[in-house]
Amino acid sequence: MTEATTAAPVEKSELEKRFPDAVKADARPGYAGFLVDTSKLIEVATALRDEMGYDYLSSVTAVDYYSDAPNAENFIEVVYHFYKSTGGGALELKVQTPRENSTVPSLTPLYAGADFQEREAYDLYGVNFEGHPDQRRILMWEGFAGYPMRKDWKEAYFEEEVKPFKNRWPEGQVYRIEDRNPFNKNNAYPQGFDPTGFKETDDPKLYEVLEKAAREYSEDIDTEQVVVNLGPQHPSTHGVFRMAVRLDGETIVALKPVMGYLHRNHEKIGERNTWTMNMPFTDRLDYLSSMSNNFGYALAVEKLMGDKAAPPERAEYIRVIMAELTRISNHLWAIGFLLNDLGAFFTPALYAIVERELILDIFEATTGSRMMCNYFRFGGVARDLPEGVLEKIKSLVTERLPRKIDELDIYLSENELVRSRSEGIGVITPEEAIAFSTAGPVLRASGVPYDVRRADPYSIYDRFKFDVTVRQHGDVYDRYMIRIDEMRQSLQILNQALKDLPGGEIMNGKNPYQVRVPAGESYGRVEGPKGELGFYIVSNGKGNPARYHVRAPSFINLTVLEKMCVGQKVADVVVNLGSIDIVLGEVDR
Amino acid sequence: MTETNPTVNSAGYEVPPELRQNVAITTLDKIWNMGRRYSVWPMMFGLACCAIEMICTAASRYDLARFGMEVMRPSPRQSDLMIVSGTVTKKMIPQIVRLYNQMPEPKYVLAMGACASGGGPFKEGYNVVSGVDQYVPVDVYVPGCPPTPQALLHGLMKLQEKIDSESITQVRWYGKEDIPAIPVPLLGPDLIDPRDNELIKQETSKKPAAPAAAPAAPAPAAEAAS
Repeated sequence: MTEATTAAPVEKSELEKRFPDAVKADARPGYAGFLVDTSKLIEVATALRDEMGYDYLSSVTAVDYYSDAPNAENFIEVVYHFYKSTGGGALELKVQTPRENSTVPSLTPLYAGADFQEREAYDLYGVNFEGHPDQRRILMWEGFAGYPMRKDWKEAYFEEEVKPFKNRWPEGQVYRIEDRNPFNKNNAYPQGFDPTGFKETDDPKLYEVLEKAAREYSEDIDTEQVVVNLGPQHPSTHGVFRMAVRLDGETIVALKPVMGYLHRNHEKIGERNTWTMNMPFTDRLDYLSSMSNNFGYALAVEKLMGDKAAPPERAEYIRVIMAELTRISNHLWAIGFLLNDLGAFFTPALYAIVERELILDIFEATTGSRMMCNYFRFGGVARDLPEGVLEKIKSLVTERLPRKIDELDIYLSENELVRSRSEGIGVITPEEAIAFSTAGPVLRASGVPYDVRRADPYSIYDRFKFDVTVRQHGDVYDRYMIRIDEMRQSLQILNQALKDLPGGEIMNGKNPYQVRVPAGESYGRVEGPKGELGFYIVSNGKGNPARYHVRAPSFINLTVLEKMCVGQKVADVVVNLGSIDIVLGEVDR
Repeated sequence: MTETNPTVNSAGYEVPPELRQNVAITTLDKIWNMGRRYSVWPMMFGLACCAIEMICTAASRYDLARFGMEVMRPSPRQSDLMIVSGTVTKKMIPQIVRLYNQMPEPKYVLAMGACASGGGPFKEGYNVVSGVDQYVPVDVYVPGCPPTPQALLHGLMKLQEKIDSESITQVRWYGKEDIPAIPVPLLGPDLIDPRDNELIKQETSKKPAAPAAAPAAPAPAAEAAS
């Protein structure tokens, strides 16, 4: 539909014309988008949504521009990426706010999908979102000292500003960082803190919010309601995820997800790492589909690096092959475990895992690792396909997988129990799906034909013939079926890619140890198996990213979970959660 | 079966040939340990990436059932083994300690992967605990990021060896003393280990080493400043 990745110039002037005082184009070299006056943000966003068709708020994040040099201009910038749900490039808005008492109007009333992302910016940067209905910390716990993503906040194990660290053997003797911490642990406490008699508060705000939501659900609160916490250690939460649920009998009246139990500080570590060092860390975001994560990050950095990092043809094809294989293996896993949640304990999952293992074999042969592939490089891929692997992929793609996917489809899709348990459950309308910024299978199962591979093509996806699969009901059954459809489309892409796979180089130039990335910002997004996976990076021209943000699809898809579950039975919660297909590594990062 | 199994029927007594089909002489320890080593029930408890490999180990290709360990229990009250499969975060460690305390003796802990063993690639992160062994005792460490299913199986076999080496007369859970529960860490301004209370009080009442040092990082910040 479009090839531009940034907004067309026509719209630029349109927005500027419309708000001559409040909007001006971002003139910093390497930057795009518009700087918006904080007080006018709501007005501009309303116009964007209602008049210009930018109805999809993809990503909200904050950047800390900080330098301890005297007279440095320090501020926090909140960055918004808007899209049209009909396809096309991004429109980027930015508002700047001082580092002390940072306040920005909340966009949650306009775009419901901003909810969690704004809470994250509040949690990690201390930006106050005025008008946010439920501003609590989301990844860290209430009471944690400081806003950890700010540049002047140092963790207990802080060694140096950036990697690679200097020699670790300063006196001919290795040291471990914990030996330099007085507690021998990764902990630090504020001056004068006295732990004796410290009482932990069990997040009272969470229960207040639950009660408020319950009252909104029904005025009549005569019946006794109970609060149930599902997780963080629960076999059906797909990891360490917690849901606080308020129940009236068996009916859910309010639900709040609680996350952060796997918050591994990807972004903080990522801003200390060099560009190349981040690649293996992206593997561990969505650890079921590491190749897609590699893809997104490589795209974002290559966009900044320009032509000198344009991957050669063969590398592009290998990338697509790997990304689509990843999608199949991820969907197999998702289907298997959704059936687990539906009550078909482990049998469908076992069948799915058998096929997934075969795909993992290909990854292991190519990259050396089953799950954490670390395969993409800026300007290509790390290694060529070894001997025999191509034949293996071909036989898998042409013979075995189509048969096995049909088998799963035949056994499961028409099953009476599966259908009665999933049809009409957790319905999301197309309007809601767009408003809540859902992505991937969740969005398409609600009847919105939005697929980044088609809406804003990257790499060589514009060369392949495939359908953007859509289902119309937006329930759990459709979210299950769409994954089967998508696997078939992936096979179609794979067939074409395998047929056309050219020979030649796999890297643009030599595989560098260290890359230089010109100053600027870039947002690379791919259609990952779970939805739109975006990497927002800011470079200041040095060897490390100044900002490294991950737009995690399963994190943002969770915003809609409450909407899916309220009014249904408690047994449907795990089914709804399973149909979103979350991976906690990506949710909590 | 008993004749080929090395763990029993090696008590040092000769069994007359005519009875070998029917009689086995062994020690109580050996028969007790054989029962335990083939019925270790792990807790169904996944933390991060390693949990995926743990599930693969339990699934069709690697088949944990060969070791009698396929019965994964979602409740700590019914489990013998906690496989800490993934990064232990500060937000999660109170729950892990609580789960460990809730497990009945005999209980074992297997730290799966680099993160659970020592923090792994995320060690420097502000929300990451450098190894679960700072809070709960670990029996077996399995290296890898994530360990392959084969590596996990090797770790489980090492655990079986450890079980074999235990004697019913020596084990702590049949001793006279109560085994104290591990104090559950608290989430304050940072993670608070109640065992460290005195040390924390002592450290936080000190004057900051350098004026530039933020309260968040006393020692390393001083290091960087020098």
